[in-house]
Amino acid sequence: MWRRIVALMRKEFLAILKDKKSRIVLIGPPIIQLLVFGYAATYDLNQVPFAVYNEDQGEASRDLLAKLRLSPTFHEVAIVTHDAEIAPLIDSKKALLLIHLGPDFSRNLDQGIPAPLQVIVDGRNSNTAMIALNYIQSIVEVFNKEWNATQQLGTPRAYLVIRAWFNPNLESRWFIVPGIIGLLTLVVTMLVTALSVAREREQGTFDQLLVTPMRPTEIVLGKALPGFIIGFAEATLIMVVAVYWFRVPLLGHLVTLYIGLFLFLLSAIGVGLMISSISLTQQQGLLGAFLFLVPSIILSGFTTPIANMPPAVQYVTYINPLRYFMVVLRAVFLQGAPFLSLLNQFWPMALIGIVTLSLAGWLFRHRMS
Amino acid sequence: MSETSQSLPPPPVRFGSLMRMNGLIRKEFLQILRDPSSIAIAFLMPFFLLLLFGYGVSLDAEHVPVALVVEAPDPETASLAGSFMASRYFSPTVYSRMSEAITAMNERRADAIVHLRSDFGRMIYSSGGAPIQVIIEGSDANTGRLVSGYIEGTVQIWLAQQARFKGQSLQAPVDMRPRIWFNSEVRSQNFLVPGLIAVIMTLIGALLTSMVVAREWERGTMEALAVTPVTMTEILLGKLIPYFILGMGGMILAVSMAYFLFEVPLRGSLWLLIATSALFLLVALGMGLLISIIARNQFVAGQVAIIVTFLPAFILSGFIFDIASMPVGVQVITHLIAARYYVAILQTIFLAGDIWSVIVPNTMALFVMAVFFLGVSRRKARKRLD
Repeated sequence: MWRRIVALMRKEFLAILKDKKSRIVLIGPPIIQLLVFGYAATYDLNQVPFAVYNEDQGEASRDLLAKLRLSPTFHEVAIVTHDAEIAPLIDSKKALLLIHLGPDFSRNLDQGIPAPLQVIVDGRNSNTAMIALNYIQSIVEVFNKEWNATQQLGTPRAYLVIRAWFNPNLESRWFIVPGIIGLLTLVVTMLVTALSVAREREQGTFDQLLVTPMRPTEIVLGKALPGFIIGFAEATLIMVVAVYWFRVPLLGHLVTLYIGLFLFLLSAIGVGLMISSISLTQQQGLLGAFLFLVPSIILSGFTTPIANMPPAVQYVTYINPLRYFMVVLRAVFLQGAPFLSLLNQFWPMALIGIVTLSLAGWLFRHRMS
Repeated sequence: MSETSQSLPPPPVRFGSLMRMNGLIRKEFLQILRDPSSIAIAFLMPFFLLLLFGYGVSLDAEHVPVALVVEAPDPETASLAGSFMASRYFSPTVYSRMSEAITAMNERRADAIVHLRSDFGRMIYSSGGAPIQVIIEGSDANTGRLVSGYIEGTVQIWLAQQARFKGQSLQAPVDMRPRIWFNSEVRSQNFLVPGLIAVIMTLIGALLTSMVVAREWERGTMEALAVTPVTMTEILLGKLIPYFILGMGGMILAVSMAYFLFEVPLRGSLWLLIATSALFLLVALGMGLLISIIARNQFVAGQVAIIVTFLPAFILSGFIFDIASMPVGVQVITHLIAARYYVAILQTIFLAGDIWSVIVPNTMALFVMAVFFLGVSRRKARKRLD
């Protein structure tokens, strides 16, 4: 039995790797994409272009603006002197936001009247707009605190002492890069598995395989093992880059991480082979790969937390293997989570893997054109 | 009689070309009907993905589980806890000891801890003020930052209320008044859905054409075509036109869903939207065609399509992640991603209107890319056997 499986595996490896273009596609892009995406995918803003419209002559407004100009987050691009100049700046995206201080700004402050600070933001990407507003708000708060310290008021006061665990500077990259490991591992397994059976069906060689003495289980193993080997190798390479290039802390145990990786590969390869064995042509296989890949990445918690999704969509995410692997990756990397705390992530991946692989084996014989 | 003798010499080029094209397009449509996966790509994908994305994705956190540690209950802490209970952003649980809250956070039952020490009620009236210790579960940095902003806001509002009860007014010296143009109610769907259309159209365009030329090579039918009088330009146009029609159908479906289902306002003109979308579709189809011509077999073409379409359009188009904040080197790379220009055009036409200073440069970039992809496809596609 094993000799037959090994022979099929050899043939699969040859089919995947004999074409030079295919070899390049499998090895080059994942590493390049990790490097590019690792730098690109961040919610942290910097060099936000802003414009200033200051009608106030007082010292307080200069003080507040100085705080803004010194911040590395913001980058002043224009000074505005008339209302009419505002719209073109924002419309053309030259400035993301405009700070407007009215003529009475300093006078109001001195007299203890709240001084309005008008901020106009381009909301075409409202997420970026809200993050930029939060940055401005925190600068205003620093200003207010300093201003209050110079006054004596008998009002209640409290201040927050904020600490973030697991990621003290709340760096997006620490959160995103482990996620990219999951994304790229999924893409690579899809590349290896989703078209493999479909290609043989289209070319007719799958029928030949079915009339050999090989049992469906053996065919499944022969088709799945190359995916495992390539998946393990690529994921390891990607993790090395994450740790040594991006300096994401790896606090947990490698064994836990690799058990997670094994179960994730099991489920991803299962889904890939299932798609491939349903498809009669490679075009159908490619469509199936996309119809699985895109939602599973979007609904994995990679960019937007699952907790923010409506309950019905949250239920859908339970059949998404990447959802569980994301939790494992982040927990092992950033929190050093022990093996036992992740059992609830492990068993669903194992279940998805077993079900989809069995289905793939069944479809081998029962789906004919 | 005379008719047949006149038609014997080669027919006028234009007429013959039209007839040959007609035949090729008919053949392509028949093939589309035989394997309906192309139709599924054009219509099922945008429908299904927009539905999932439009309803499933939100960057606005609500009901964040927070552990509230109250060491010594008194009227002040009760009132502050009440503010957290009333906020739609939080679903707080009250603990009396810090260790319990830490356990809750480690078991992922809490995303943040707000710790009010036993002297809280006394300290808030002291000149130094009362410290409120806040611990954020930071492994999701973006949510962590949002949550710390929400906590800050809730505490500020509570302090102002307390001051008002005591007959004082606590107003911040500088009062920030944000105005968010183009999306004043801050619906994340308003920017996600137009961006999503760009991502989906990238997929559709590349998926539709990436396999089709490769398939002809793989099955040997390209050799059969090579012995006929059709030119390569005619073959390529015969591929492009049917899929362009399918793709535009999918595009109109996606835009209708954005407008009617997700109620994204359309402030610019519909014609400009359709014209720029048609141009973008040409770029996406051209990219698929080029993949198909270079790869020569469907397996590699499919692999390349998976790699160069979805993730780059998703991450590098400015659809979710702000391009201006990326390192310069990565910003340069984003200029190679057609979706980047289309996202800017879509978000502007939908939310802001026909702003030519955004639309003209981005449309020019798309035009250059369309010429590039189609031109290189034409050059690389030769009638040859190898």
